[in-house]
Order: sequence, then structure tokens, then C-alpha cells
Amino acid sequence: MNKKIQVQAVINGEEIEFLCEPRQSLLEVLRETLGLTGAKEGCNNGNCGACNVILNGALVNSCLVLAVEINGCNLTTIEGIATSQGLHPLQEKFIAHAALQCGFCTPGFIVASKALLDQNPNPSESEVRQWLAGNLCRCTGYDRIVRAVMDAAQVQEKAL
Amino acid sequence: MQALDYISAGSVKEVVGLLASNNGRARVLCGGTDLLVQLRENRRRVELLIDVKHIPELISIHHDSQAGLWIGAAASCYEICHNKLVLENYPGLVDAIHLIGGVQIQYRASVGGNLCNASPAADSIPALIVHEATCIIANQNGTREIPVEQFCVAPGKNAMESGEFLLAIKVPPAKEKFGAHYLRFIPRNEMDIAVVGAGASITLDGMDQKTLSARIALGAVAPTPLFVEEAGAFLTGKEIMQGNIQEAARIAQASAHPISDLRGTADFRKHLCAVLTRRALEKAIERAKVS
Repeated sequence: MNKKIQVQAVINGEEIEFLCEPRQSLLEVLRETLGLTGAKEGCNNGNCGACNVILNGALVNSCLVLAVEINGCNLTTIEGIATSQGLHPLQEKFIAHAALQCGFCTPGFIVASKALLDQNPNPSESEVRQWLAGNLCRCTGYDRIVRAVMDAAQVQEKAL
Repeated sequence: MQALDYISAGSVKEVVGLLASNNGRARVLCGGTDLLVQLRENRRRVELLIDVKHIPELISIHHDSQAGLWIGAAASCYEICHNKLVLENYPGLVDAIHLIGGVQIQYRASVGGNLCNASPAADSIPALIVHEATCIIANQNGTREIPVEQFCVAPGKNAMESGEFLLAIKVPPAKEKFGAHYLRFIPRNEMDIAVVGAGASITLDGMDQKTLSARIALGAVAPTPLFVEEAGAFLTGKEIMQGNIQEAARIAQASAHPISDLRGTADFRKHLCAVLTRRALEKAIERAKVS
């Protein structure tokens, strides 16, 4: 019991090794062991999406994944969305559309939207809304978020 | 969350051995979307989590016209709903599985877990019942198989004994002139728990005029998902006409014994049983005609 387990994973393109207890969620380890505090703890039970990360290409709530489960996996967090060339179009468009107020849900929304555009580069408005149904925002009312995602999709399309 | 141990198992045999040697203190982990929340809220005590997501039989989804569909108990909702064979042959199952949570939950949650969690409101269960699906349960003697309608025995309780675990769900081959549908009522567009859910399946004769067989199941109107055998039996041999559909819906409604809670009153749920059963049947018939 309580024995720490060694986990290896590629996080935001970098090979990382860490120790964790089996009971620790991925969210807890990201924030408290690895110093990646972009993923937020909102509900801690899979309802709000504030802790979203991309695990082997799949959008997941990091509060509902045990850190030990990511051994050998490839993980992208909000910290891995921008590149050395600059912000991701989604980040630019969230700023341009003022698609946030308090900002607590924003990392989750951007990670979720990135996962959407990775597999559906040109989504309809209803596809965006459906995809983001697992992310809660209590400030903006969603319209600006949806517009930012649609706009970012267009920018990405043009760049290709 | 309480301290516990974690093992990623490599085979069915290993899981059976671990369950036996830990005698009730171990639990199988698939997506964890129910289990991890329950552990965090101290609603369950577990000393060992056995991750089964890396065992081939538990994550495979395959279909052939003889044996039907095999859904490994740990296969994610996302994998199932995006599987071409499932989409083509079992649209009624996809209706239900697609409704389980948002995309983040879909990527992790398994249909096996939805079954084992045995919620009266689980969306996948009425759909599995109307498809005549069975549960393949692994234990020290090998496997045993029971119909899905016998799997849930009380809210949160299933028919598995200590030392057993759910290996897969088997669905009979898709037949000609067969159609199925599941729908639910929720007060918003998505991301909610069913106030009432209804599944229906029907097999028509070659002329699309008579019912050869039918099955109806309801969710969230009893302590377990409810198989309304008598509603399907009523339709058998009858003409496809509105009066018969209404009568089957009335029989389903009469069999429901819902409670009042924050999601809806018992009276409202009774009303929904008839409406949703009728709509599920109508859509199932529409699909059967073109299948």
C-alpha cells in the first residue's frame, strides 16, 4: 500500500518519468508533481471539462484517469498547444473574440477544441456545440466560445 | 481517494486469479468514469484496481453474420459508436451508447461498465435488452452467459458473484426486416440522465404488414432496467397499425412503477413511458422496413 509507482510518458513532446501513488489522478499529478497547472480542477468528477487533456489522441477528463494509467502514453496538455512560433489559432481566436471572462474553463475548452479540429478541421456550428457539451462555462454563455472555434477552424484551413 | 494498489492485467486468466486471491477486495477498472468517482466519494471500498483495458478480448469489437457482435466489456463508447460494422448493423445500439456523457466520457467509458454499474437509468441497457444481447461472465470455471435482462438485480447491483467479472457483451446477428431504436427524455439537449428511456425492436414479415417478434424495454421507471416481455408478445402476429402500437405502449406504461425524484414525478414518468415506447416502436418499424 502507498507504494509509489514509476510512470513513463511523453508529455507535450517531452519524455517524462515520475513517481505517483496508484490512487492519484492524472490531474493531481499534472498539477502537484509536474507543475503543469494549466489543467484546472473544477468538479473533480467528470462533469465540467476544465481538466481536459489529450491522451493518445483521445480527449479525456484528467480527473477521471489515474496517473498510473498513462504509462507509455502520449499526452498533450494546454501547455503543449502553443509552439515556439507562437500561439495556436484557437488561442488567438479566443483572445480576439473575448471568449472568456474568468478564464477558469478556458484551458479545458481550448484542449477540447484542439481535439475536435484535429479530427474534424471544418466542423459545423452544431458539431462544435455538441463536441463542447462536456465543457461547462459559467460566465460567457458559450456563443463567443463557439464563434472563436469556428473562426480558428477557418484560419487553420486557409493555412493548409 | 483512499490508498489502493493498481495492476494492469495482461490476460483473462490473470484477472480471475487476482479476483480470487483478493477475495472481494479487488475491483475491475475499465474507463473509471463511474468507479473513480465512487471511490473518491467513499461510496466503495477497494484495495486493488485491476485495469483490464489492455486485454485483447476485453477491448475487441467484431462482427460476423453467424456469431453476431462481440463487444469487449472494456471497449469504449467512442470505439463502439465509430465502428463501421456496429453503425451499419446495429443503429439502435448506437442511438443509446452515443447518449452516454459528452465526448470526454465517450472516450473512456465502456458499455461493460455501464452494465456493471447497474443504474436503473443506464442508457445502454434497454437497447441491449431489445437486441437480445447476453453477458459473457468470466470466472474460475471458464465463462457463463446470461441475458442482459437478468444482469441487473437492484440499483447498483448486478448478478455476478464474487470472483466473477464481465468479459464481453454478445449481440445476435443482425437479421433482415429487423429494426431497433432507443430514445430518452431529458429536459435539455445533451449531457443528462434519462428521466425515462425506452428501447424497442421489431422483426417484420416479408410484406411489412405483420410483426413476427418484438421487444420493449424501459429505463428509469423501476429499480432495474425493465424488460416488458408482454408488450412485445402482444405485438407478435399482429398487423402493423397505429392501434396496436398504442396498445403495446399502454402495456409498457402499465408495467412501469417509477418513483418521484428530482428528475420527474412518478405521474410524469408514467406519461413518458407510453409516449417514448410509441416513438421507439415507430422508428424501429421504419428501420425494419428498409433493412
